Amino acid sequence: MSEKPIQREESFGYDRKTIDYIRNAAAHGLYEIRGMGAKRQLPSFDDLVFLGASLSRYALEGYREKCSTKTILGTRFAKKPIELDIPITIAGMSFGSLSANVKEALGRAATEVGTSTTTGDGGMTPEERQSSKTLVYQCLPSRYGFNPDDVRRADAIEVVIGQGAKPGGGGMLLGQKVSARVAGMRTLPEGIDQRSACRHPDWTGPDDLAIKIQELREMTDWEKPIYVKVGATRVFNDVKLAVHSGADVVVVDGMQGGTAATQTCFIEHIGIPTLAAVRQAVHALEDLDMKGKVQLIVSGGIRTGPDVAKALAMGADAVAIGQGVLIALGCNHHSYFQDGEHRIASADYSALGTAPGFCHHCHTGKCPVGITTQDAMLEQRLTPEVGARHLKNYLKTLNMELTTIARACGKQNVHHLEREDLVALTIEAAAMAHVPLAGTSWIPGVTGGM
Amino acid sequence: MDGLNFDLTEIPLRTVNDFLHKEAPGQGVKKVTIANPDGAHNIAVGLDFAVEVEVIGHAGYYAGGMNKAASITVTGSAGTGVAENMMSGRVHVKGFASNGAGASMHGGLLVIDGDAGLRCGISLKGGDIVVGGSVGSFSAFMAQAGRMVICGDAGDALGDSLYEAVLYVKGKIKSLGADAQIEPMGEADLKTVKDLLAAAGMNHDPKDFKRVASARSLYHWNADANQEY
Repeated sequence: MSEKPIQREESFGYDRKTIDYIRNAAAHGLYEIRGMGAKRQLPSFDDLVFLGASLSRYALEGYREKCSTKTILGTRFAKKPIELDIPITIAGMSFGSLSANVKEALGRAATEVGTSTTTGDGGMTPEERQSSKTLVYQCLPSRYGFNPDDVRRADAIEVVIGQGAKPGGGGMLLGQKVSARVAGMRTLPEGIDQRSACRHPDWTGPDDLAIKIQELREMTDWEKPIYVKVGATRVFNDVKLAVHSGADVVVVDGMQGGTAATQTCFIEHIGIPTLAAVRQAVHALEDLDMKGKVQLIVSGGIRTGPDVAKALAMGADAVAIGQGVLIALGCNHHSYFQDGEHRIASADYSALGTAPGFCHHCHTGKCPVGITTQDAMLEQRLTPEVGARHLKNYLKTLNMELTTIARACGKQNVHHLEREDLVALTIEAAAMAHVPLAGTSWIPGVTGGM
Repeated sequence: MDGLNFDLTEIPLRTVNDFLHKEAPGQGVKKVTIANPDGAHNIAVGLDFAVEVEVIGHAGYYAGGMNKAASITVTGSAGTGVAENMMSGRVHVKGFASNGAGASMHGGLLVIDGDAGLRCGISLKGGDIVVGGSVGSFSAFMAQAGRMVICGDAGDALGDSLYEAVLYVKGKIKSLGADAQIEPMGEADLKTVKDLLAAAGMNHDPKDFKRVASARSLYHWNADANQEY
């Protein structure tokens, strides 16, 4: 007797992922909170390619001819602008979401390659100040751990309006990561589920922000550059308002930007892709005739040297990397290095209900490779020395790729890369980036014909 | 050097702040008077030594912001964010204070003789605020530590999402915010109110005050909180 065939037509609208979501919601009555950035496929820098030199452009020899990567940020008002050797910076990530060892590793690596690192929600740790030659100090809505001594100790100040993973939302740090030290720095009870405010406590709009920025300048005697960071949504307007408010540098964080704990509905459904954001940001600066006067840092899903090169060609002055940096440190790796040997972490991933390559469980504080944790045992799985070595290699690789691409496009300076060097592989990317579809002169929404 | 007088109609505020940061601490300056502020923003921000500053008139935003150790008096009213993020010392507003007075203060004492606007003591992280008059809505929102004494009334949503800060209110409370609750006054509370009123130079009977603190029901996410966090 033959068995009845099993019907395997999966619903598009109610696929297995959606069914799981509804079942979880029904079981728990709470939204999902997780780490990492958007997992869905988005238009990205992968959808652009460079037009290398040929007869119409003159290439530079790939390994010998000079190609400058020097980057200066904060030239508008600050007496002491930030000078970096490379245009690749470390994005703001908090002590609390990351261990103290990781923060120190970021500082060490950044210092070795001549770039900056950034504090996060929860304040500045002595380890990161000591290890970071150039440290950007974030002024966030929560003001956890924010104090004037650290403002004076910082090299630049970043007023955070929003984050690409959650524009319009405040941060969160679940109780298992609110250790005694974290709680002490944030003036909170140990072990509670910490909520960060989504709005600043002492100003409410761009006119107020202008005065807030002046306060920060007055108290630091106009020495330090002031950055303003926005999560990518209405980028054209937000960048203009940030400039009007007096920012020296605007940081635009696209929706691929990572997080250690955010509602999935935020991560996947609020904000716009970095590719779209960078174009709008540059357009805003050009519209104000402030391109080159106010610098632009782009973040959110910058992973590779080509990503950096494309962001710069689109008009960014520098990029900031968070998630890619953590992966360089060992995030989602199957093993970690401790006491002179590689140790397999698969069982710890399994205990979290995940596996290497799929983990987004930063919010649990049980990071199998010791990065996004406050657990005294787990954090020993990443020492500052080992982390800094890997991160330095990663940043050097990105910079080598960046200069290789710039030379191939005939540029002696990576900041000479331009939109004219790019074409798009998809109509969506062409429309978002305002570069022609490859093989055509067509920019959807800008030029009429093919 | 005992006293110095600055007239903001004659000298830019930036020069005054720069002097207070760089030269005044080393010169042993004990008292500074700032005349004709005319609502200027950011007066005496970021001070880092024990000095007495008297602002004669009205100040704009962030007067005495991020203060450490200094004692700053505004004889008129103060704009948004007076004494914001103060670490220590004292700021005294003899008139009224606008929104966000004492926002994210970590320490020190803020005294406001008159009323304070919206969000007084928002994100308070320590220190004490004494308001002679009333406070606006959402005061002490997400206040984490420290104490507030309100001699007048409080607006809507007082102490919304409180952590460990404690509020004392003499007058009417229009409404409490999520997780804030009225609790009995104990002996320690009466002494606290008495001491803070004395420090502020105000005269009220501590027994007339109500204590407001966190019910601590929002410290952990749960499905039954009805989104009140």
